[in-house]
Amino acid sequence: MTTTNQVAIEAVGLVKKYGSTTALAGVDLSVPTGTVLGVLGPNGAGKTTAVRILGTLLRPDSGHATVGGYDVVREAGRVREIIGLTGQYASVDEDMSGRRNLIMIGRLLGHSRERSRAKADHLLERFELTDAGDRIAKTYSGGMRRRLDLAASLVGDPSILYLDEPTTGLDPHARNGVWETIRNLVLDGTTVLLTTQYLEEADALADSIMVFDKGRVVASGRPAELKAQAGKQSLDVSPAEPAHLERVAAIVAESVGVRPTVDVVNARVSAPVTDGTSMPVVVRRLDEEGIAVTELALRLPSLDEVFLALTGHTAEEKKYDAVLEGAGR
Amino acid sequence: MSTAVVDAPAHAGRRTNPFAWVQQSLTLAWRNIVRIRQNPEALADVTFQPIIFLVLFLFVFGGAIAQGGTWHDYLPYLLPGLLVQTVVFSTMGTGVALNDDFAKGVFDRFRSLPIARIAPLVGAVLGDAVRYSLSIVILMGTGFALGFRFGNGVGNGLLALVIVLLFALSMCWIWVWLGLTLKTAQGVQGVAFLVMFPLTFGSNVFVQTSTLPGFLQAFVNVNPVKYLVDTMRALMLGGDLQKPLLITFAWMIGLVAVFAPLAIRAYRRRT
Repeated sequence: MTTTNQVAIEAVGLVKKYGSTTALAGVDLSVPTGTVLGVLGPNGAGKTTAVRILGTLLRPDSGHATVGGYDVVREAGRVREIIGLTGQYASVDEDMSGRRNLIMIGRLLGHSRERSRAKADHLLERFELTDAGDRIAKTYSGGMRRRLDLAASLVGDPSILYLDEPTTGLDPHARNGVWETIRNLVLDGTTVLLTTQYLEEADALADSIMVFDKGRVVASGRPAELKAQAGKQSLDVSPAEPAHLERVAAIVAESVGVRPTVDVVNARVSAPVTDGTSMPVVVRRLDEEGIAVTELALRLPSLDEVFLALTGHTAEEKKYDAVLEGAGR
Repeated sequence: MSTAVVDAPAHAGRRTNPFAWVQQSLTLAWRNIVRIRQNPEALADVTFQPIIFLVLFLFVFGGAIAQGGTWHDYLPYLLPGLLVQTVVFSTMGTGVALNDDFAKGVFDRFRSLPIARIAPLVGAVLGDAVRYSLSIVILMGTGFALGFRFGNGVGNGLLALVIVLLFALSMCWIWVWLGLTLKTAQGVQGVAFLVMFPLTFGSNVFVQTSTLPGFLQAFVNVNPVKYLVDTMRALMLGGDLQKPLLITFAWMIGLVAVFAPLAIRAYRRRT
């Protein structure tokens, strides 16, 4: 946990356009050595573009960035020596075994055959892939694939690690495994830049969070600061009868003066409130109408709600578009 | 553990060898060979296809083309030509495979590593030399089983095989370039067929140039495939070697000189 004042990653005014689409519209960021920056945003927000620029895979149209003190364009070779990259783009070879993938990277980095093998064995053990080490990567489960991706990015012992959506599509158990690994890497002093669509993930891992939307940074700070920035509490009401959901939503809307969000799956109505004064009004109206509730609570906003407050839309609603974009790539 | 900035020089010291790119290319060639072993069904285009082509063309057209003779008489003419066609066709697999690697993100991993920019391309080409060799061995093996013999000495015959392999290694840079430029593997394949069919059928692979109409003869006479086929026939069966060999070498040098730099540029630019 070496939290020094040194800056591991610094970017100023990064802009990247693809034709008429602006992927990044001027992004500044700074990651102190040994810390974790969580870059949060829906698909298409520019997260991956930022990672690709900082990983020397893409040149920015304007702006500049340094990683470990080296310029990502002019000293790309130096940058590549100190970074590790894992994500939806930089992946392993599915047609080779996990062990061979790791040995290959060791050899490419100029290590001897023996050292490459030893490193591969060590990483397989560390990521609990020893038994699967000789199977081709295509046969791995999602969680095993991500662990192998991570292992592959660690062959060169990078001091700066980019993780582009490391847990997207994983089940909770596999996700916890990846989180644990990331935490251990940070304990060893690795600087991590993590992109995610999951607010929970950024909250759990990051020292600071930047929220991207449409190629811009719309908010940044520590997780707690972001919650404070949204500055609201949330009033949650769950009717005992799901059929009453609409009626409850109408009552909350009248009492609070804001249109609430209705979570049909969990049968819950939520509305942002500035204080607790509307709570008795809601209780009285519910009582008048004879609607029984299983939950009535005033709580701090989740990061999802913070995201909604900051960007005007939820992270969830863009997921459908994200799937379509992915298919068209 | 120390900080990032302190770590950097230790890593930088690793790259003092100016020939590191050779070792990196060999490592990546090894990768391609390992992949072939794990995925033998991907070899259909260089294993069964040559056999099927040889048998089909030999028995379907042999009687007609040999003018009164049988397929036995057609085999010595057909085999050197078909060898060229087979090898030239198998070069497009290099582009398709590269495009696939890019789509799957494997090349982004390579690009994020501190290795020579040319290494992944040279590695892909060297690895595919194994595929080309395999197609040569299988086609020639089938030909020998059907009664083909080197009529101009075994040494010259083997030299022919080396030259056709070198030609494939030169020509595949076209597909490396297209594989990196076009969006999908299907696109690469589509363009490849569009180029390959006129190039190989519009030649002296199957019939003598003199039997073709004038406009086609004009095309055949500028087609590098013709000169490579002439070289093969001269070395395997006898005949004039010097002119076709020189033209073939000129084409090989030209193909590499034009398409290797284009490929490297496309690799650098690809995002």
